[in-house]
Amino acid sequence: MNKRLSALLDSDAVKGSLSSVLSILFGLFVGCLIILAVSLSDSDFTLKSAAEGIKLLLFGVFSKGRDASGELVFGFSTSNIGNLLFRATPVIMTGLSVALAFRSGLFNIGASGQFLIGTATCLTVALSLDTKVFPPLAVWLIAFIAAGAAGALWGIIPGLLRAYLSINEVLSCIMTNWIAANLVTWFFENSPLRNAGQSGKIGYIMPTSANGVSTPTLFLDRLFPSSQVNGGFFVAIFFCIAAYILLTKTVTGFEMRICGSNSHAAHYVGIRQKKMTVFSFALAGALSGGAAALYYLSGHTEFFWSTYQTLPQEGLSGIPVALLASNNPLGVIFTSLFMSLLGVSGQQLKNLTAFNEFTTDIVVALIVYLSAFSLVIRQYLSKDRRNLIFSKAAGGKTNRTVPVYQGQLKEEGEEKQ
Amino acid sequence: MSEYVIEMLGITKSFPGIKANDNITLRLKKGEIHALLGENGAGKSTLMSVLFGLYEPDEGYILKDGVKVSIRNPNEATRLGIGMVHQHFRLVNVFTVLENIILGAEDSRYGFLVKKTAGEKVVALSEKYKMEIDPDAKVENLTVGMQQKTEILKMLYRNNDILIFDEPTAVLTPQEISELMNTMKSFRDEGKSILFITHKLDEIMQVADRVTVLRKGRCIGTVNTRDTDKKQLSAMMVGRDVALKVKKSPARPTDNVLEVKELCVSSLLHKSQLAVNGVSFNVKKGEILAVAGVDGNGQTELISGITGLSRVKKGSVAICGKDITNMPVSVRNRDFLSHIPEDRHKHGLVLDFSLMDNLVLKRYREEKFQRLGFILKESVRSYAEGLIKAFDVRSGEGADTVTRSMSGGNQQKAIIARELDIGLPLIIAVQPTRGLDVGAIEYIHKELIKKRDEGFAVLLVSLELEEVMNVADRILVMHKGKITGEFYPEKTSVKELGLAMAGIKKAGAHSE
Repeated sequence: MNKRLSALLDSDAVKGSLSSVLSILFGLFVGCLIILAVSLSDSDFTLKSAAEGIKLLLFGVFSKGRDASGELVFGFSTSNIGNLLFRATPVIMTGLSVALAFRSGLFNIGASGQFLIGTATCLTVALSLDTKVFPPLAVWLIAFIAAGAAGALWGIIPGLLRAYLSINEVLSCIMTNWIAANLVTWFFENSPLRNAGQSGKIGYIMPTSANGVSTPTLFLDRLFPSSQVNGGFFVAIFFCIAAYILLTKTVTGFEMRICGSNSHAAHYVGIRQKKMTVFSFALAGALSGGAAALYYLSGHTEFFWSTYQTLPQEGLSGIPVALLASNNPLGVIFTSLFMSLLGVSGQQLKNLTAFNEFTTDIVVALIVYLSAFSLVIRQYLSKDRRNLIFSKAAGGKTNRTVPVYQGQLKEEGEEKQ
Repeated sequence: MSEYVIEMLGITKSFPGIKANDNITLRLKKGEIHALLGENGAGKSTLMSVLFGLYEPDEGYILKDGVKVSIRNPNEATRLGIGMVHQHFRLVNVFTVLENIILGAEDSRYGFLVKKTAGEKVVALSEKYKMEIDPDAKVENLTVGMQQKTEILKMLYRNNDILIFDEPTAVLTPQEISELMNTMKSFRDEGKSILFITHKLDEIMQVADRVTVLRKGRCIGTVNTRDTDKKQLSAMMVGRDVALKVKKSPARPTDNVLEVKELCVSSLLHKSQLAVNGVSFNVKKGEILAVAGVDGNGQTELISGITGLSRVKKGSVAICGKDITNMPVSVRNRDFLSHIPEDRHKHGLVLDFSLMDNLVLKRYREEKFQRLGFILKESVRSYAEGLIKAFDVRSGEGADTVTRSMSGGNQQKAIIARELDIGLPLIIAVQPTRGLDVGAIEYIHKELIKKRDEGFAVLLVSLELEEVMNVADRILVMHKGKITGEFYPEKTSVKELGLAMAGIKKAGAHSE
């Protein structure tokens, strides 16, 4: 192998992405096995339907339904791709929210709650402000900012609890999630914003297009006709780039990374970690709130307001998305796209075969599970595997007597990680 | 039967960007104490890790009693009778001594532990080697010296007859060191073979039969201790003549820089207790004041009180006449003091950051390095490269090297470069030469003395009496949170200091 190539293979970025790709491939492989197992164990299925299921799982985004003879037809479908981008948009934002918090050493498991609060805020603003007085675009912008601000305020709660009362942010995030879920239900229970006009839509809030507010499509609708995609996708990507710049180029990002990488050093340097904790959570909350705005301000998405029993999937997906991207803001774009790709496949699987979308849920779960092992996989990609064995022998703690070379497992196995 | 119990022949081991061991041959005779001497990063630890099965060599092989063996993990090393006392102990703190000793080699019957016979064996061993220890004491309550005895008993319990000691004296008091030396000698007399990793020449001269010297991954040679002297060994190790004692002119202290009054700080371990109990002292411009003492007598808390890492319970700290007792750490770091911390991995560095980021870890807010909140990467880089050159920090990829991949000595040099270049009135150096080799120690001592001569006040905390005697202009001894004596190096002896450290004799005038 020539030197350049081996140096490239040795670089952290490559190892990181390669390990994510490997977990994804392995997850897909196991997903196929599950489809096969389901087919074999159930008399409703034949081997042919197993083959169809696997095809849809892997290439669902290219599915064009069934032809007259009942065979699956594959091809380039603009509406599938457009919907893929649309579904990815909020997940990019919540993934970014989780990733940023992670980089400053915090686990934001509260993206769902922040997303819900953002949803309620942006819908209320977008449906209440009179578009005859304000231009719709201004209403859109106000609703977007309000959702971010509301998400930030909601995110600050676990941040404050963590910083000033040392309450583990995971616990308080879980609680704030459910508080948000109930709060939003209560808020909309007798709300005039409920869609009473259409039958069958009684559980939903009116789409914002009812008030003439919807995200500009920026020609994406021409590129991907008959899909829901809009300019929100670009907004999400803009935030990813901004977050990347924040983390790598600014003083604040530098301090965030010090806090996330070695909190003792942050203390020694004199960074005010409490403020940083609150700030990071506010930022994470704002991004999750913004995620909700990008999703619901599209104009066509309807919000099922009785949320008290379930948390929104967009918020929860942020966690695996961030994990798979190794918390890299730019990586989040790709892992979100992948996640929504699986979502589209799941839809196709549900619509076109007797399998249900839970099969894809299992595959996603497997991939998430494996992404936790991406560190281990990364270790195996690096040259010196002995380190791994040694780290285990030493109880996971590396030691100064043995020189620590690149690729060694993290020394500070802190509980947050 | 071979004369040698262990032969490591032509061992080569590379890591990305560095050849840690380059064709090294080490032969250990039965019943000898064989010292392994070398600078930090010379490859001692790598070589021992190869022997202990932690690394697999790229080239070369190992013979045990003349028979080729392959050691793939520590369990196989143990099976071959090789035991190792690591520099940082591998003990379970909440277990008792006995439990720690039998851990991994437990006897059991029907799935239940059988401790009785093990206990008897441990007691017999500790009596035989005069290592008094209570097998039922919890490790967390033991002194460092006792913990080390536990580690040694662990090896004996497993009937190891090839014993590796990795920098065993770094954490011990002078009295404990001489005790350890005697124990090592009695092992030798009984036919056990000992590999003794160290960079302390005195200890080598005292106990070792032969010495193998490594330098930059290569084997420089093996000599008999009685045919050599300290000067020759240090020259072999560093590759040039080294001043074992740094020359310095008498101090010319002027104004007070640091004034500590009746300082009380809570213990980091037991919050309810005071680790620093009413300590008062001054450090003047142009002097090096050393705080000596056995580890854990309040030195860490004293420094964290002064630097602001811990809250001060009572008393006051002032620098250049300004009360800083309740000032935030960031302001102290910006205007008053630089701090070479005790634990370079925990506090001093962010190991996953590049060397260049670590070199500006405290200064990135300065105008020079940022504009409108954006870090000026090029000026950080050129500043870092200047420091790397001036302080001779060696690393695989220069400013971009991930700090984790650097050797301990160079990591320390990076911290020293950063802290000494800041140029604030007080320099606090806590164990700045811990785990470093003679060459690096000489360098750091010279730098500290240079700073003193430039008119900085230097507060040095060290567990090494030799360092204290060589570098300090004035010495305070701490024992159980109080200052038990003030000495001047030219008027005192290591023995006198050692006694004050043990709290036995209150000597000298205690300055208020």
